[in-house]
Amino acid sequence: MNRTLRWLSRNPIWGFILLIFVFFSLANPFFFDLQNFENILVQTSTIGLIALGMTLVMINGNIDLSVGGIVALSASLVVDIQGWEVFAGWGDWQLVPAVAAALLAGVALGALNGLIVWWTGVDAFIVTLGAMLGIRGLVFVYTKEQSFYAANFAFSDFGSSNIGPLPTLAVVFLVCALLVHWLLSQTVHGRNTYAVGGNRQAAVNAGIRIGPHMMVNFIILGFLAALAGMTLASQMGASTPTLGQDYELWVITAVVLGGTKLTGGAGNIVGTLGGVLAIGILRNGMNLMQVPAFYVLVILGVILIAVLFLDRQLNRKGQEGYRL
Amino acid sequence: MTDRPTLTLSHIGKSFPGVRAIDDVSLDIHPGEVHALLGENGAGKSTLMKILAGMYQPDEGEITLDGARVVMRTPLEAKALGVVLIHQELSLVKELSVAENIYLGDLPRRSLGRVDWKTLYARVGDILKRLKCGFTPDTRVGDLSIANQQMVEIARVLTTTARVVIFDEPTASLTDAEKIVLFDIIRDLKAGGAAIIYISHRMDEIFTLSDRITVLRDGKHSGTLATTETNEDEVTRLMIGRSLDLTRRIEASTPGEVVLDVRGLSCGRLFQDVSFTVHAGEVVGFYGLIGAGRSEIAETLFGLRAPTAGTIRFRGEPVSIASPAHAISLGISLVPESRKEQGLVLELNCRDNITLATIDAMANGPFLSGSREAAVFEKYRERLRIKTPGWRQVVGNLSGGNQQKIVIGKWLATQPKLLILDEPTRGIDIGSKAEIHDLIRELARSGYAIIVISSEMPEVLKVSDRVIGMYHGRLMREFTAEEVTEDKLVQAISGIAEKKAASA
Repeated sequence: MNRTLRWLSRNPIWGFILLIFVFFSLANPFFFDLQNFENILVQTSTIGLIALGMTLVMINGNIDLSVGGIVALSASLVVDIQGWEVFAGWGDWQLVPAVAAALLAGVALGALNGLIVWWTGVDAFIVTLGAMLGIRGLVFVYTKEQSFYAANFAFSDFGSSNIGPLPTLAVVFLVCALLVHWLLSQTVHGRNTYAVGGNRQAAVNAGIRIGPHMMVNFIILGFLAALAGMTLASQMGASTPTLGQDYELWVITAVVLGGTKLTGGAGNIVGTLGGVLAIGILRNGMNLMQVPAFYVLVILGVILIAVLFLDRQLNRKGQEGYRL
Repeated sequence: MTDRPTLTLSHIGKSFPGVRAIDDVSLDIHPGEVHALLGENGAGKSTLMKILAGMYQPDEGEITLDGARVVMRTPLEAKALGVVLIHQELSLVKELSVAENIYLGDLPRRSLGRVDWKTLYARVGDILKRLKCGFTPDTRVGDLSIANQQMVEIARVLTTTARVVIFDEPTASLTDAEKIVLFDIIRDLKAGGAAIIYISHRMDEIFTLSDRITVLRDGKHSGTLATTETNEDEVTRLMIGRSLDLTRRIEASTPGEVVLDVRGLSCGRLFQDVSFTVHAGEVVGFYGLIGAGRSEIAETLFGLRAPTAGTIRFRGEPVSIASPAHAISLGISLVPESRKEQGLVLELNCRDNITLATIDAMANGPFLSGSREAAVFEKYRERLRIKTPGWRQVVGNLSGGNQQKIVIGKWLATQPKLLILDEPTRGIDIGSKAEIHDLIRELARSGYAIIVISSEMPEVLKVSDRVIGMYHGRLMREFTAEEVTEDKLVQAISGIAEKKAASA
């Protein structure tokens, strides 16, 4: 019991999830339902995939604002390329070059972000702010402001398919979450991620090459953002050039709710999972209760600040006595 | 000692914009030798060590290791060659465990890039046992005391077979018992044939440990001596270029009324039951190790921290200091420990920095009066002898000594009755240091009540009328200028006096 309490005080977001879960279960008859839980998982998976990568980048002490653009670019690429005439006779194999191109674009843009941060030493916020605008522009140029529709039906079916009892997209998300959790908690790269964000000078002194290290995390995030773009396109069977707008804000909100510090050095995947689920449950629950969409935003904003205040109160060791 | 040195530096030179940090320094260190490196702050010791550790590249000269010329472009390359630097500033990641910190950058791996926790904890367990550390490998470093964090830093050397080990002020925050363990480790390394460079300000340590002593002054090689053939006076002379009794008091003072009277002041576990008084025209020195609670007392008096018990009387009135703004209005000023982080807005010019705390008095309604600001600046430039081309100079471009004078000027402008100076000469060259010491005495003469917090014993002894020794958040002893000696003070702040009292 004591251990559970201590765990909750370190991850207050899961206590909060418990709270809203009970609340919505009691307040709305449609909430507590297996089908609805699956909905929440699928709705969460897009933001969730990006949030996994963002957790790595933010523990590093960086940030990436360009993820929304990558989502749109990868969605446009995957939907467009599968319809190219060159691949017309390939059957379902036409998806292979489409998916490869989309993932490659994500990896390349992540690498580019990382390289610029590494070589110029310019703050990641500025670099990726530029990338956010630039990539979005690229998407409009590429699509000529048009929406694309998926030519291959297997692609659209994928988004609504099931593996056993679970929706495929939820499974993809959970598997990725496990992999990133393992990377962060078990590998040398994961330890170095904390070290670089916690005390950059110490990491340099210890001989960690922080430039390439940070680039790897940007690449992982680019890959996951591209993957998220594809799952989104698959759900809609189409892509639009404005896809993924504001996603960077939702992702950062989720990651911060999950306890990752904006300054780096602290955070974990369990928390991030909590962060995305909390947002997913709140949106779903309020939607079922027919709260108007704009009020939902207001409530989410208030909750973000409240949860972080709670976290500060629970974990203010070493700060005792300081007045602000 | 064998004939061929492990490490040779020849004619090393290094410049930074506006500073010649290292000028034609040559040095050789033999296997099994402890080579002490001395010099005042700013003499170039740290720069030289950073060159050796691969953090800086020399502009001129070359480094040879075991007779072969080497170029170390990064700390990793230096480490691969067997050159290890124990940092003075703790270079630790607070969020990670002791074991992870010790092997940072070199964590043992299993397949798939996983961390090999078993090997890691076993190795670190052995190292901690050897160092007689009372904490476990999985302790979070942020939860350790500063002294224990220093031990973690030291433990890092034992993870590699180092050819050259550089200790940069390793004992600054250690207790005596921990020092003995450290010295044993150094002797072990020495017996194993490592070449050791030992940087310290403490003469006793240098004479206990070292085989030879090299002194740097203003970035130049001032002399290399065999330890057995020299003495403290000669080394001091090489360091400062003249013979100087650093511990001599400047003058006695004539204290006036009681300005500050603190009774039983506590703040959580930071410090407990602290009582003292400060009179007008008097300098009270606070001496102790890092983490002894000195700065925290200053912050409490300045309204930055809320005390948990005790009373403060200021000029006879009981006060509860709610905020820095309140402290300033009462007449209390704090010149903080870290000039660049807490004292100055580095991007602003001299005038704007000096009027920062008195900005309301510089305005007519909402509009600032440039001429009034300039007048204040000129007043303190003259009084404190600040060397700057003019008020437009950005303070980031000034020398450390002049920056510190700007901070002091800013606080004098608030017309305080009590001036608290926390490490007033940290990182300042020796000339400016003497000037600031004179200035502190001058301010006392003109009636200010002054508290000086310092980690440098000569400084405390030189400027104070009374000295208070602190240990682990408690006042251990109070000395008058006449009775205080280095020995007594060291005993008071290292807890020896306490142990003696306990066993008696």
